[in-house]
Amino acid sequence: MCSGRVDLSFVLRAFSNGMDGVFIGGCRYNECNFGTHGNYHALNMVLLCQKIMEHLGLNPERLRIETMSAGDGTLFAEVMNEFGKKVKELGPLGKGEGIDEKALKSKLEAVTNLVPYIRLVERERLRVPVKSEEEILNFFTSVEFNRLFDETVGEKLAISQIISLLQEGPLTTGEIAKLIGLTPSEVSRHLNSSSRQRFVRYDEGRKCYALA
Amino acid sequence: MIKKPKYVDESKCTGCTTCVEYCPVKYPDQFNQELSQNKAIHIYFAQAIPLATYIDESCLYLKEKKCSICQAVCKTGAIDFNQTPERVEVNVGAIVLSPGFEPFDPKLRNDYGYGKFENVVTSLDYERLLSPSGAYEGEILRASDKKHPHKIAWIQCVGSRQVNPEGGNSYCSAVCCTYAQKQVILTKEHDAEVECTIFHNDIRSYNKDFERFYQRTETLPGVRFIRSYVSIGKEIPESKNVTIRYSTPEDGVKEEEFDMVVLSVGLNPPAEAKSLATKFGIELNSHGFCKTIPSNPMEATRPGIFVSGAFQGPSDIPESVYTASGAGSQCGELLDYRRGKLSQERIYPPERDVSQEEPKIGVFVCHCGANISRIVSVPSTVEYALSLPNVVYAQEQLFSCATNSAKEISDMVKEKGLNRLVIAACSPRTLEPLFRDTLREAGINQYYLDMANIREHCSWVHAKEKEEATQKAKDIIRMSVARACHLDPLQDFELQVNKTALVVGGGLAGLTSALSVAKQGHEVYLVEKDTDLGGMARRIHYTLEGLDVQAYLRDVIRQVYQHPLIHVYTDAAITETDGYVGNFVTKVKSEGRVAEIKHGAAILATGAEVYQPTEYLYGEDDRVMTHLELEEQIAKGDERLLTSESLVMIQCVGCRNEDRNYCSRICCSESIKNSLKLKELNPQMDVYILFRDMRTYGFKEDYYREAASKDVRFIRYEPQDKPQVEAVEEEGRPVLRVTVTDPILGKKLEIDAEALVLAAALIPSAGSQEAAKLFNLTNNADGFFKEAHVKLRPVEFAVDGVYLCGMAHYPKFISETVSQAYGAAGRAITLLSHETVLASGSVCVVNESNCISCGACITACTYGAIQFHDTPQGRKAGINPALCKGDGLCNTKCPTGAISLKHFTDQELLSQIDAASGL
Repeated sequence: MCSGRVDLSFVLRAFSNGMDGVFIGGCRYNECNFGTHGNYHALNMVLLCQKIMEHLGLNPERLRIETMSAGDGTLFAEVMNEFGKKVKELGPLGKGEGIDEKALKSKLEAVTNLVPYIRLVERERLRVPVKSEEEILNFFTSVEFNRLFDETVGEKLAISQIISLLQEGPLTTGEIAKLIGLTPSEVSRHLNSSSRQRFVRYDEGRKCYALA
Repeated sequence: MIKKPKYVDESKCTGCTTCVEYCPVKYPDQFNQELSQNKAIHIYFAQAIPLATYIDESCLYLKEKKCSICQAVCKTGAIDFNQTPERVEVNVGAIVLSPGFEPFDPKLRNDYGYGKFENVVTSLDYERLLSPSGAYEGEILRASDKKHPHKIAWIQCVGSRQVNPEGGNSYCSAVCCTYAQKQVILTKEHDAEVECTIFHNDIRSYNKDFERFYQRTETLPGVRFIRSYVSIGKEIPESKNVTIRYSTPEDGVKEEEFDMVVLSVGLNPPAEAKSLATKFGIELNSHGFCKTIPSNPMEATRPGIFVSGAFQGPSDIPESVYTASGAGSQCGELLDYRRGKLSQERIYPPERDVSQEEPKIGVFVCHCGANISRIVSVPSTVEYALSLPNVVYAQEQLFSCATNSAKEISDMVKEKGLNRLVIAACSPRTLEPLFRDTLREAGINQYYLDMANIREHCSWVHAKEKEEATQKAKDIIRMSVARACHLDPLQDFELQVNKTALVVGGGLAGLTSALSVAKQGHEVYLVEKDTDLGGMARRIHYTLEGLDVQAYLRDVIRQVYQHPLIHVYTDAAITETDGYVGNFVTKVKSEGRVAEIKHGAAILATGAEVYQPTEYLYGEDDRVMTHLELEEQIAKGDERLLTSESLVMIQCVGCRNEDRNYCSRICCSESIKNSLKLKELNPQMDVYILFRDMRTYGFKEDYYREAASKDVRFIRYEPQDKPQVEAVEEEGRPVLRVTVTDPILGKKLEIDAEALVLAAALIPSAGSQEAAKLFNLTNNADGFFKEAHVKLRPVEFAVDGVYLCGMAHYPKFISETVSQAYGAAGRAITLLSHETVLASGSVCVVNESNCISCGACITACTYGAIQFHDTPQGRKAGINPALCKGDGLCNTKCPTGAISLKHFTDQELLSQIDAASGL
């Protein structure tokens, strides 16, 4: 199995289980044992996942990828000590970011449910075809990527989070905005489109939204 | 043969190195260039095979019968001081000599203060400083003060390319330019601030991708390449820094101070070369390396004796690997009738079907002598394991890998009815095959095993945190147990091997491979696109070493046509190929008919082409020709050419530039070869060679010197100031006027020549591009075939069962082509000589009802292992298990989770993640 086999859902499962940090180690770039260079795919996945974490209000530094060879024992020890220290500084997942346990759980659940969609989008629009660390890093820090992300995963993530919140009971636009960290106008845009698609409905009497 | 005593019984030694720790004798470590200390009992180096200790002559017991601590601490009783030299006699039909080389010792001639100044080291010393397992665990430290050097100089050609070879060598050692560049890159990775300076003569980056490697080194910040002869100045008493004197055209002579100086020492013949030669009745060449026959660099002067590696002369890793394989193939030609006679088949008991049973897991925790148990409390991990779900049995073992322990494991599996095994010991990389074997011995499927690595991942890295290490060991075991519950029994695939080989390309490479494979009893189909066999070699008439190429080629072609097992198709083209290792089907169109060939292996020898220059009036003026055309004219005895008063050769035409960023490797020696021939036929002729770097590597350097001594004029030009050529009349005589800057005189030089020869680049052939597409192979950035591993698998492709050789791999000389062709034949025979080939059972599988035929998996697979196929439910992805390599990339791309890598399923891996989280 290759580092490229490390799936987004594995990382999400670790965080959902309450792990405070996840480290992925792969072969050095261009020294792939398989000849498939799956470590670039792993890098792609990590950068995308970090963006998602940022979007959820989680510190992306809780996820780290490093590539090294079997002879790099010293480097490995250095990296792990450094990462361990970092994660300790960040504190427990969620708490460190000031997100309450319930909200954290629903956020992670929302992303996990979106994994099949994220895979589709990744393939169609977010994959860097070039096997170059520099190009991949450039892409994931570009304005273009941010736009694509907001249009696709960002949008779906917001709706998915809203729906999982509403499963607990009806909420007002303001309450939702507070819980998922978006502006009320963004939330109301998502609620409008979700009502059109009949995912949610506006409860006139209680002046709040509920699942349709 | 005399087998020296090791005083350690290898069959009992587990390589735990407890004895090394207790041994009181400290002794300079030979493997680490005596830079650090080792013990009298030790393992030679970390990756040694067998991984067992031995005792050397510094041992107190062997000297004075004092001390036998090692015997007392060895828990397997492996130490045996009663061992004596053993005389072994074997009858063999062929011999391969691979004694390697000896690094040049700069002490002998007192070169550059080595041995006198502490901070002058050889490149091999430096290699051990760079290595994580080296003298200072990967830290680059100066011998004088154990401080990091900040300014390091490399001096090239130490002991090589000596004009006065007394105590040194006249030849070029062929590998030092690139290894020094590697050391610079690694140094900069250690510490980006270090200033690195390389003092060099020609930079000989003649090998595949080496030109780019050179550029990469050169453009690193703080790296200087200075072309200059140097001498060592002095050692500064306070700092122990060393000064180097050198000169540049801009600044004249300078003296500069360095913290450390690395001598790029060359390759000497092995120390025992002379005695080997006497013992085996073979001859050595004038440099003391093995003398080989001109057409075959692996054959010594006595029939049946072959050489591989650097005993032939300076060679790098890929060359050593393929000459080894090639020597093997030639032994096979002699000994094929005895193949397999010494091997024995293992018989395992029938496998018990336990797939319907509840998991009953046995956990065996290894002490590894004291390697694990001195840090991790083994008894408490055993107790803990017993508390885990589905674990029905657990015990500790001193060494799980010892023969009696393996027996104990398989006995317990039977006795307790275990159906899953967790071995908590070392890395699966080393011993997983052994424990899989143990399971098979117990009648359980070998995939019902998980190894918990509590040594490398735990005890070795947490020596100071015993309690936490024990807790971590428990965590690792819990993860392994969780995964073991979900393991499935898998069967490895036995693929039948079709015994026939297909060879694509009828040049010297293809011909040589075809003959070697056929001589070992296999049918060969040889496919050539041209009407005649011979390829590029048909245009070569002589070599530097004096081989009559045409006579040799005629003989090889005759042998091919006469061999009953070789079928030749000329004027042929491959239209289609399909299948996988051991079972390919290829369609060949020849003379209007299409033949379908079934074959188990394919060797691609599709050659290279000569670049048709667009520069220097080529094609406009018939006095301008390529080096190959010159050779043809010399061979024909062209009067006009041979009576020329003056002839100019220009090197690096069409390569080492932006379009082709590589060196064509052979052109420097080709030009030397032709200039010597011209001087032989017409000593009055003025021959000029305009070059960038003369890359006459290895023994070819001797001919470079010979040409210089025969007044061939060498003028170096810079790529930004290329020679200019114009056709003019001089005193009524039409001449080609070549203008070039003479770097020594610093002014323009005009040479009026009657002929101009261009050392045109070798470029990948169109046939190689087609073959790459047909067989699903990749090319490098320059369009040459990309091997499975540049160093270690130089004649194999990433696609199993397909091999490569000759100039399709990279430009090379006839002797090198022959070596590689035998090498490819050797690899192909390794496959073809078996009835079946085993493919791992850990491959992907598609759950068709979940497949939405989106093709995401297909685009992710580099092996072409996934294809659509039609089912009653529509188009679905299907796996060819023979092509799947089990990387599992596709799993992460499938939006519906329809594709799954066996043995690394989502369920197995998620269960480990959950267990790690303590759930």
